[in-house]
Amino acid sequence: MKFDVAILGAGPAGLAAARAAGRRSASVALIDDNVTAGGQIWRGAPRIAVPTGVRFFPQTRVFDLRPGFMLLTESHGAMEASRLILATGARELLLPFPGWTVPGVFGAGGLQALVKSGLPVGGKRVMVAGSGPLLVAVAAALRTAGARVVGITEQVPLGRIVPFLAKYPAKLPQAFALRARLLGVPYWTGTWPVRFDEGMVTLSGGRTVAVDYLACGFGLVPNTEAAQLLGCRLDGGFVAVDSRQETSVAGVYCAGEPTGIGGLDKALEDGERAGAAATGQAVNPSRGAFVRDLAAAFHLDPRLFDLAEPSTVVCRCEDVALGTLRPYREWREAKLMTRCGMGPCQGRICGPITNCLLGWSAESVRRPLVPVAAELLSKDVLQP
Amino acid sequence: MTPSPDVMIVGAGIVGAACAYELARAGARVEVIDSGLPGGGATAAGMGHLVVLDDNEAELALTKYSVGLWHSLAKELPAAAEFWGCGTVWVAADEVEMAGALAKLSVYRQNGLAAELLDERQLYEAEPNLRAGLAGGLLVNGDAMVYAPVATRFLLEQSKAKVTRAAVTSLDDLKAGAVVCATGAMAPALVPGLRVRPRKGYLAITDRYPGFARHPLVELGYLQSAHGDSNESVAFNVQPRPTGQLLIGSSRQYADSTASLLEPMLARAFAYMPGLRACSVIRTWTGFRASTPDKLPMIGRLRDRIYLATGHEGLGVTTSLGTAKILTAEILGYAPPIPAWPYRVERFDV
Amino acid sequence: MFKLRCDGVEIVVAEGTSVAAALLGAGVSRFRSSVTGEARGPLCGMGVCMECRVTIDGVGHRLACQTMCRAGMEIMTT
Ligand SMILES: Cc1cc2nc3c(=O)[nH]c(=O)nc-3n(C[C@H](O)[C@H](O)[C@H](O)COP(=O)(O)OP(=O)(O)OC[C@H]3O[C@@H](n4cnc5c(N)ncnc54)[C@H](O)[C@@H]3O)c2cc1C
Ligand SMILES: Cc1cc2nc3c(=O)[nH]c(=O)nc-3n(C[C@H](O)[C@H](O)[C@H](O)COP(=O)(O)OP(=O)(O)OC[C@H]3O[C@@H](n4cnc5c(N)ncnc54)[C@H](O)[C@@H]3O)c2cc1C
Ligand code: FES
Repeated sequence: MKFDVAILGAGPAGLAAARAAGRRSASVALIDDNVTAGGQIWRGAPRIAVPTGVRFFPQTRVFDLRPGFMLLTESHGAMEASRLILATGARELLLPFPGWTVPGVFGAGGLQALVKSGLPVGGKRVMVAGSGPLLVAVAAALRTAGARVVGITEQVPLGRIVPFLAKYPAKLPQAFALRARLLGVPYWTGTWPVRFDEGMVTLSGGRTVAVDYLACGFGLVPNTEAAQLLGCRLDGGFVAVDSRQETSVAGVYCAGEPTGIGGLDKALEDGERAGAAATGQAVNPSRGAFVRDLAAAFHLDPRLFDLAEPSTVVCRCEDVALGTLRPYREWREAKLMTRCGMGPCQGRICGPITNCLLGWSAESVRRPLVPVAAELLSKDVLQP
Repeated sequence: MTPSPDVMIVGAGIVGAACAYELARAGARVEVIDSGLPGGGATAAGMGHLVVLDDNEAELALTKYSVGLWHSLAKELPAAAEFWGCGTVWVAADEVEMAGALAKLSVYRQNGLAAELLDERQLYEAEPNLRAGLAGGLLVNGDAMVYAPVATRFLLEQSKAKVTRAAVTSLDDLKAGAVVCATGAMAPALVPGLRVRPRKGYLAITDRYPGFARHPLVELGYLQSAHGDSNESVAFNVQPRPTGQLLIGSSRQYADSTASLLEPMLARAFAYMPGLRACSVIRTWTGFRASTPDKLPMIGRLRDRIYLATGHEGLGVTTSLGTAKILTAEILGYAPPIPAWPYRVERFDV
Repeated sequence: MFKLRCDGVEIVVAEGTSVAAALLGAGVSRFRSSVTGEARGPLCGMGVCMECRVTIDGVGHRLACQTMCRAGMEIMTT
């Protein structure tokens, strides 16, 4: 299958890119591993319309990308495209504390995603914890689904959130609407969970709260691996792009969270620009400050990096504890000596953690992007 | 000023580390330099199969001697080195290869190595996931496996050698009684004209499937792939890790071949173990073997105080310990533990 | 609504439910044993962490959060 433009990721950024590219080009493919389009924020939302004329490939995981460009998928074989737009979104930053590996502890967006895929939470006591605007959205969604949200803990002190909201009054109605759905739910700022044990969350400050589920995420980590596999340059952990969303690799564009965590509006704007640029249309300039302000407002308290004890597991695939990692100086050394990051998630979860706790940066990405049946790797798609 | 060491070893892969260990045990003051992480070169890319090969007498002598040394060292290795006396199963596809297995058996037996011929039924008892219709195989009992990066670290620690991180640009500039170049496939950068060529190999590793394979499995045609000089070759070589993961190899190609051998290598593996098709691969990578024209390593004096320990092709983890013994004897002026002339550097012109 | 089985126990699920949601909803919290034997269950909900791996219809290491339920599925926790 050959297309002018292939878009990887059907979240807001990918959908906006598809709409923009579809205005000019007849042959646009939109590829996503989920059942429906919408990405994280619109996951499971009824009727997210894929722009007409765009071919949508749901439940299609891309496990390899090659120059030229070729996307290798689990379900549709190889797809070719002259231009590529990467809109691969973000995952959550999960930080270790004693008890974080016990079943019942989820990412915040993680529990939300599970609810959107059919998990009933009616009557369940849930605490939503961590950091970022996502927490309030998750808490509201959980409550709508019938959960008893027993509290939200946000690590940022209130004194930093208020000026941030004041600077972006456009986000206020949304914030108030969410808050209105959360009447009666305690919102503890400058607070975080320090332990989870037998259904009991202990918060910094000493309070304990009984829960069925703890949904805990500390912000977002960009999914840059697809771009890295193609050799796109990163800058400060994000995919570097020019004013037209083009990466350092000609013909590869990137939009949404991988170029800077900025949420829905930024993803939509990025996507529009990338779709327009990839099809030779004029491009609107970006309004960049929000990404920086968001990162500054929700900057993580360094005390969060001291919650794990020496026996607390950091690498969940291989069960490598923090104390085992301490003697090493860098990611690759620890990896070779302790198996940290060598399991099936390939450091997607523990890499960002060791970055926060130990100052390490994870090494280069290898194929496949996600674990795949060996059979798929042996089909030499380049030579028919 | 600290006095210059007796021996400076360039390269902290398994070969350099083994040399440091052996020289230090013999009383020499040793230092090690590596531009990267100790054990982070070919040593991190390989499979760590400790295997006796019998393609020629010199190879047999060095691998047999070295595997014996590994068994002696095993008790001292830390658990993380994952030493596992798992043996090797050589797989015979047909009657012709079965005859090869029989010949191999007699060579191993003559050399005092335990080995058992497996008929068809015994082969499937040993390895139920091999495809139907194979003729049989040969189980070599004494072969083993080790996780080489941790073993490298252990050998370095035992040597108490100072390890410096720096890139060496000239061997002659190093101040030491003797300088050992153990930079693996990168040796020609320091010794121009050296007859060592990088030979790339792909590997894939799967998620955990405990019991899927019980021994390292190698097709009897492997030696042809390893020792032939064809520009591109693949062979069936699957190794279970103690974790239950499966390492899938092997491929060989020189720098002038740019094709990906991952696909044909996997296809070869499926031809022997169809169940591998469904196994989930979590990572693939490549590494470089240091290949000499006769596929034997270069161990010994290059000129005046400069020594070489490189060219170990696909056997450097296995032969590192034997290499270290031979080199130590030469540097310190002892008689070598096994005849060392087949590995001498001057068999090629530099 | 349709039926599937987890560790031999029948579960009734609605169309469009992921395996992870179905198991959690049925009270299964331990999806797999970690390499040192700890109980683990879904974490990220989006196919990244690999904590939700189960055996589905005999195939190991399948992601429960990325797999949709089908009638008659046989799921085994590990
Ligand atoms: C778990 C989670 C929940 C969130 N919930 C909310 C919320 O409720 N409200 C809110 O305002 N913000 C939420 N966010 C923030 C969200 O990132 C942004 O608001 C916005 O959705 C970003 O859009 P995007 O298009 O950049 O990325 P995404 O929406 O993340 O879309 C990226 C898409 O690419 C797909 N993809 C990635 N790699 C591959 C591959 N290799 N093969 C196939 N498909 C692939 C992903 O599955 C995903 O569907 C959430 C973030 C996360 C991580
Ligand atoms: C795919 C594959 C599978 C293999 N499987 C097996 C197997 O099953 N069994 C087996 O026995 N062997 C196997 N091998 C072979 C084995 O891995 C190697 O022979 C062995 O690791 C070589 O060790 P070394 O110390 O010589 O080289 P390396 O490990 O490469 O070490 C050389 C070191 O020198 C350093 N260096 C290089 N240049 C400089 C410089 N200028 N200055 C400073 N430092 C420098 C490098 O950083 C490196 O750390 C395999 C190899 C490959 C590629
Ligand atoms: S819950 Fe993380 S991969 Fe399924």
